[in-house]
Amino acid sequence: MSSDSEKEAVEKKPEESKPTETKPPEKPATAKPDEQKPAATKPAPAKKPAPTKEEPELPAFEKGIADKIIEKFGEKTTISFVKPDRVGIKVGRDDIHNVAEFARDTLNYDHVDSVAGVDYPADKEIEVVYHLSSYTDPTLSRQILELATRAQREEDPIPGNDATKLPSLRDIFYSVEFHEREVFEMLGVYFEGHPDNRRLLLPEDWADLPPLRKDFRNKGR
Amino acid sequence: MSSPTLPPGLAIQKADERIMTLNVGPQHPGSGHMRIIVQIDGDYIVACDPDPGYVHRGEEKMAEYRNYTLNVPHLERPVIHDSCNILYPYVLAAEELLGLEIPERAKYIRVIASELNRCIYTQYWLAIYGIFLGHSTMFMWPAGDRELLIDLMEKMTGARVTHSYFIPGGIRNDLPANFEDVCLRQVNYFEKRIKEYADVFYNNPILISRTEKTGVLTRENAIKLGTTGSVLRASGVDYDVRKKEPYDVYDELDFETNVMKDGDSYARSRIPWLDMMESCRIIRNALQKMPKSGSVRVKLKPNPKGELGSVYKRIESGRGALGCYIVSDKKVEPYRVKLSVPSFRNLIALPHLLIGEKLGNMPSVYWSLNYWPVEADR
Amino acid sequence: MIKDLVTPQNANVFVGKLGDILEKAIDKPLGYAINWGRIWSLWPVHIETACCSVEFGAASSPRYDVERFGIIEAFGSLRQCDLVVVQGTITRKMAPRLRLVYDQMPEPKYVIAMGACAITGGLYFDSYNVLPGIDGVIPVDVYVPGCPPRPETLIQGCMLLQEKIKRMKARKFV
Repeated sequence: MSSDSEKEAVEKKPEESKPTETKPPEKPATAKPDEQKPAATKPAPAKKPAPTKEEPELPAFEKGIADKIIEKFGEKTTISFVKPDRVGIKVGRDDIHNVAEFARDTLNYDHVDSVAGVDYPADKEIEVVYHLSSYTDPTLSRQILELATRAQREEDPIPGNDATKLPSLRDIFYSVEFHEREVFEMLGVYFEGHPDNRRLLLPEDWADLPPLRKDFRNKGR
Repeated sequence: MSSPTLPPGLAIQKADERIMTLNVGPQHPGSGHMRIIVQIDGDYIVACDPDPGYVHRGEEKMAEYRNYTLNVPHLERPVIHDSCNILYPYVLAAEELLGLEIPERAKYIRVIASELNRCIYTQYWLAIYGIFLGHSTMFMWPAGDRELLIDLMEKMTGARVTHSYFIPGGIRNDLPANFEDVCLRQVNYFEKRIKEYADVFYNNPILISRTEKTGVLTRENAIKLGTTGSVLRASGVDYDVRKKEPYDVYDELDFETNVMKDGDSYARSRIPWLDMMESCRIIRNALQKMPKSGSVRVKLKPNPKGELGSVYKRIESGRGALGCYIVSDKKVEPYRVKLSVPSFRNLIALPHLLIGEKLGNMPSVYWSLNYWPVEADR
Repeated sequence: MIKDLVTPQNANVFVGKLGDILEKAIDKPLGYAINWGRIWSLWPVHIETACCSVEFGAASSPRYDVERFGIIEAFGSLRQCDLVVVQGTITRKMAPRLRLVYDQMPEPKYVIAMGACAITGGLYFDSYNVLPGIDGVIPVDVYVPGCPPRPETLIQGCMLLQEKIKRMKARKFV
C-alpha cells in the first residue's frame, strides 16, 4: 500500500500545480486558483478546471472576504477555494504574520478554531492550516477562514533545530498556544516567537520521528 | 522515592523556599487522566501547567490507514459517552467529500440521537462534578438518571455507549418499532427529574458559596483564549454552532441558547444543565417534525474515494464546538484527519482561571471547564 | 526457661519463629478469616487510564451498585488500596505512572485489566503510542473483555477476583 500511495501522490502533484507554475516565488497550490485569477491560467489539462468553471457564481460574501485579502496583499496570497461559509487562503511563510494581523484587525476574526499540520513529502513541505473564526462579529459567525502556510520539510528532522520553522501567531491569536505546541511535536514545525515550545501530548522520552509525518509509519502498516 | 531512574516528567522540581510544586494527577481523585502541575504559595496557586497526553492514542494517525467507514468506530472512542456527537463532524465532512446527500428522516434521527447523547454526556459530567465537590447525592442522581437515556439509545442503536450509529451516508439502522412513544415518555420523565436538581444542587447555598466567584473568566478573555461551548456561553458570549451555523435540520427546530454573564464556576456548571432542558425540547420538536417513514441511509459503494480537497465541518457537542478537518487526495483513505476538540480548546483557559485561586477550589474550577481528558488527547 | 531463651539479641528471631509456629498451627482458619476480610473490602485505586472509566463510573451508579459486592467506590488514597482496575488503554506516557502507582501500593494487591485495550491493545493495536496490553507492566489477575465492558461484566470480573482471593494462600502476606 505504501509504495502505491507514494507513487500516486508523486504523479498527482505536477498535474495539479500546473496552473500555478507561472509564479515562481509561490508554493505550488493544490487546489484551483484559476477561479480568482483567470489571467494566470495556462492551457491546463481540461479535466480539472472544467467542472469548476461550470459554477460561475461564487458566494458573494465569502468572495468579498477573499477579495479584501487579495487587494491588500496581492501577489503574496493565493485563494485556494471559496465555498459557502469557507474561504481558503494560501500564504507564504514570510507573510503569514501580516495576513493574520490583517484578518484580526480589519476582518474581525478573533480566535483560532484549530491548527492542523499536513505533511506533503512529495512537495518537501509541511502545511500548517489555521482555521480562523469569529465570536464578536455576527456577520462572520458562520464563516471559517483557512490560512494555509507551508514550511520547508527536512528528510531527517531534528525538531526545533532544523529548517522546519514558521513564525508563531501567538502574539496575534492567543488561542493558538496549545495548538502550535501540538503541531510542533506532531510534525516538528518549530514556531519562532512561541514562548513555550515544550512537548504537550507525546511521552517525555519520545525520540522517534514526529508521528504525523508521512514517513513515520504505524507498526504493521 | 529515592530511585534515580525516574522518568524525566516525574522528577520533583524545587523552585523556591516559599513555593511548593504539586503534581495533581494522573492518580488523583480530582484529576482524571491528566496531570496539573500547580505551584502554591501557602494556599494560593501561583502557577499552573496542565500536562495532558496520558491518553494520547494517535487517532489522527490511525485514521490515515482506514477508509471512511472503518474510521467510524475508533474515532468515537475519545468520548464514548458522547459518541454520536464526536462522530458528527467527521461524518458531515466525509459526506461532503464523498458527495453524499442523506435522506431527511436520517437527519432528524441524527438530531435526536445527538441530543440524547448530549444529555447522557452532561449527566455523567454532572455526576463527576458532584463527587468532586463531595456532593454524593449529585453523583447518584445523574448517574442513575442517565441510565434511562442509555436504555433508549440501546434500543435505538444496539450498544450501551459506543453506538457507531452515524456513518457516512446516514445512520446505521432505522428506529425500532414504537420508538417515538417510548422516547417521548422517557424524555418527559427525564426533564421532570433534572428540574429537581435545582433543589438539591443548583440552589444549594453550600454549592453556591463554593463555586460563585471562583475561576472567573471575563468575556474578553473567553474570546481571546478561543474557548468554546459552555465555558464561552457562561462568560456572556452567545455562540452556539447549532444556532449560528445550523447543520442537518437544526434550523427547522425550535430552541434557545443559554447564556450567563458571570463567567464563574457556578455559571459554567449551570449552563450544561440548562442545555439539557433545551435538548429535551429539541427532541420533542424533532419527534413531531420527523417524517414517519422513509429510508435512513444512502447506499455506499465499498471503499468509496473522496474527492480532492479539504473540508472543515463543525458542530456543537456536549462540550462545545467540535470541528473536523479532512484532507483527501482521491484515495480510499483520508490523507489527513484532524479533530479540533473542545476540551483541548478549553484547556488553555485552565492556567488563567487557576492562578490566584485557592488550591481547594481547583477541582471545581477544573471540572467546570467541561473537560474530558481522553478527548483532549485523542 | 523462656527468659533464658529470649535475649535482646535474638528476640526478633524468636518472635519470627513464633509467627511461623502460629501460622502453621492456625493457618487454615486464620487464612480463611483474612481472605474473607479481603474479599469484602476491595478498594480500587482512582487511576483512570482511558475511556473505560465511564463504565467504571456507571458500575458505581445506583443501577449497578458495585458496592453490593464489596467493591468500594474509588476515592481512597493509594496507600490504603489493594485493587487496580486498569480502565482501558495504557499509553506509553501512562505506563511508568501505572507502574509507580502499583509499586506504591501495599501488599496484597490485585489487578483487573478492564477492556480490550488493557488486554491486548484492542482497537488501537496499530497505534504508535499504545502498549499492546498491560501484562508487560504489571501482573494481571482478572481480564474483563469488552470495548467497553458493560458494568455487569465488570461486576462479574470483580466476583471472579473474589473467588480467586478466596482460594489464594493468605499466609504469604501475614
